[in-house]
Amino acid sequence: MAELNLTERQAGDITILDMDGKVTIGEGSVALRNTIRRLLGEGKKKIVLNLSGVGYVDSSGIGEFVSSFTAVNKEEGSLKLLNLTQKIQDLLAITKLLTVFDVYDSETDALSSFK
Amino acid sequence: MSAEKTELKLPSRLESVDEAATEAANFAERNDFGDEVLFAVDMAVRESVANAVKHGNKLDETKPVEITFENSTAGLAITVRDFGEGFAVEEIPDPTNPENLLKATGRGILFMRSFMDEVEWFNHAEGGMIVKMLKKR
Repeated sequence: MAELNLTERQAGDITILDMDGKVTIGEGSVALRNTIRRLLGEGKKKIVLNLSGVGYVDSSGIGEFVSSFTAVNKEEGSLKLLNLTQKIQDLLAITKLLTVFDVYDSETDALSSFK
Repeated sequence: MSAEKTELKLPSRLESVDEAATEAANFAERNDFGDEVLFAVDMAVRESVANAVKHGNKLDETKPVEITFENSTAGLAITVRDFGEGFAVEEIPDPTNPENLLKATGRGILFMRSFMDEVEWFNHAEGGMIVKMLKKR
């Protein structure tokens, strides 16, 4: 089984990526990078990463969130994070990235933030 | 308490990160460390072994990564050695500086320091770098 499974949903022009697994050095980080690249290539620039199924992230995974964020911003899009576990929130706090990312614990709130 | 020490020698490939983390978890459980220690050790081992494999040995599989886990009265001590060119830890940029926040890399050492009680780097006398870490019981 892949380290990270990504399932795509649309809510209007917003793409929600339901993530299940680990975002760590190697396969997990690469899977996220490739998916974000593909979405941007398809003109999908409003993206929500739903991390409810992600139990583990390392520094490489945090780096991949940052790369995704900057890649989407470069295309004048917007990327939000949804349903972070406490441990992932702690990692974002340690790295001072909670001030960089828009973080939500409700999908409704995440979707309405794009309006 | 009976001291236990485990030594591992793994090839410099990314799969070794998971292998080292699994061994660390087994060691910590066998020696009755709690969940908080398990999480910290898992994170520190993954980050230090990833650094050794990728930045130290530059994915050269002929260069091993040597790892030790030791249970003592102080806690769980870990060493990770690579056979690379070494680096000066004080020259690694602080990833929490505003100018570095949006960089994709450079957070591994911060995580090791955040989750372990002691972390020190040394140039090994016979080449390469060694990082020594302690998580108190």
